[in-house]
Amino acid sequence: MTFAEQFPIVINSLNDGFLQTLRLFGVTLLGAVPLGLLICFGSTSRFAPVRIIFKLIIWVVRGTPLMIQLMIIYFMPGLVFDNPIWGGAESGRFTAAAVAFIINYACYFSEIYRGGIQSIPVGQDEAGMVLGLTKGQIFLHVKLLQMIKRILPPMSNEILTLVKDTSLARIISMHEIIWAGEAFMKGSQGISGIIWPLFFTAIYYLIFNGVLTVVLGKIEKKLEFFR
Amino acid sequence: MPILEAEHICKSFGKTEVLKDISFSLEKSQVLSIIGSSGSGKTTLLRCLNFLETPDSGIIKVNGETIFDGGNKTKQSEGQIRNSRLHFGLVFQSFNLFPQYTALGNVMLASQLHAKERPDFKERKKEIYAEIEEMGKDLLDQMGLSDRMDNYPHQLSGGQCQRVAIARALALKPDILCFDEPTSALDPELTGEVLRVIKSLADKKMTMIIVTHEMAFAHDVSDFVIFMDDGRIMEQGTPQQLFENTHEERTKQFLHRYQQDQGQI
Repeated sequence: MTFAEQFPIVINSLNDGFLQTLRLFGVTLLGAVPLGLLICFGSTSRFAPVRIIFKLIIWVVRGTPLMIQLMIIYFMPGLVFDNPIWGGAESGRFTAAAVAFIINYACYFSEIYRGGIQSIPVGQDEAGMVLGLTKGQIFLHVKLLQMIKRILPPMSNEILTLVKDTSLARIISMHEIIWAGEAFMKGSQGISGIIWPLFFTAIYYLIFNGVLTVVLGKIEKKLEFFR
Repeated sequence: MPILEAEHICKSFGKTEVLKDISFSLEKSQVLSIIGSSGSGKTTLLRCLNFLETPDSGIIKVNGETIFDGGNKTKQSEGQIRNSRLHFGLVFQSFNLFPQYTALGNVMLASQLHAKERPDFKERKKEIYAEIEEMGKDLLDQMGLSDRMDNYPHQLSGGQCQRVAIARALALKPDILCFDEPTSALDPELTGEVLRVIKSLADKKMTMIIVTHEMAFAHDVSDFVIFMDDGRIMEQGTPQQLFENTHEERTKQFLHRYQQDQGQI
């Protein structure tokens, strides 16, 4: 097969893989952003047992490789408990990957949130309190936007890392873009022994992260109306 | 009947006694100034009145109604504390404006949020918000800020920020407005505009408690002055008694040192 014949086949396959990459990215972001806030509240709770449990979770999740976490979550139910809840299909692998990614990223996000919340001067709380606002109102109407403004740069960092980290789902054979590129080395759709599709996947990441950088930069600009 | 009575207020932070048996009362429409050196407990006293600190013991009454009783060990609910707080307004030394709201937004925010609890909120939402906006604009107008309503705090000078903060505190119509060294973060040029606003409130018979280092201002605006030293009230009386005819050695020392410092400048 000539290159011109291979090219559309490869691109088609990589597009499918990248779609799965995007799905994992989107689902992780949607899940980890709110879950991170919950973990953040837990790890800063005034009730010591709750605080200790959440600190422990954060320590374990941040202290071990995401790749191991993926394998444990995917293989443990079937191999150890004889209850393969995820099934062998692509949808099952995707769900398992999403669970692992959401938990992992929520822990990182929670620490960024904590930094953001704690950097807001205590005077903001006090001003809200003397105006008779509830704790919830103070968080929602006084502190949240200030916190978002402060955490945006470190969050952008994490989000760009997440895009590339989705490739770790390859380890449980989720059909993301690396998997799709690699397939042409072993042989797929009558093409085998070529490595350029694997390298070509980098372009996808690069372009997508470029778009994200622009979008996140726009949001940062939007929040420049206050200091 | 006094509008505010504080009886035997004590407060410690760890082993440090910050307030030692503070008692005083304040009549409606009067202005009370609290003077004294840094660390004498003035700010802590103000924070106790606003429930930002909980006294270890003592009683606080507003209009004869006990809103805090240190002897009563059942913990007050957050809702009760919130309601008690609304008797007081507090203007901070460092303004503590909300940076993401305009001057008008800062003044209106609390009223808008409180309005949601009104039973007629759903039917009259538009009217209520219009009323709040009018009230906010009116207050900023009184503060001489009618052309600054749509500015964010970082676009305002310190003196303007503090006037917005005063308007924000007035928006909830507190019985007693407290000031915690309202001009200490301002350069001398901007101090005057804030003091003038406070003076105008005194002329309108607003009940106020002012913690201040501006002795001339305290002398001029107050009906009553308290001198605090080392967590105690050393002396209280009219400005004439305190500033001109004090017999307390400690008060004399403080005022003398203060005048010396002024002289040096």
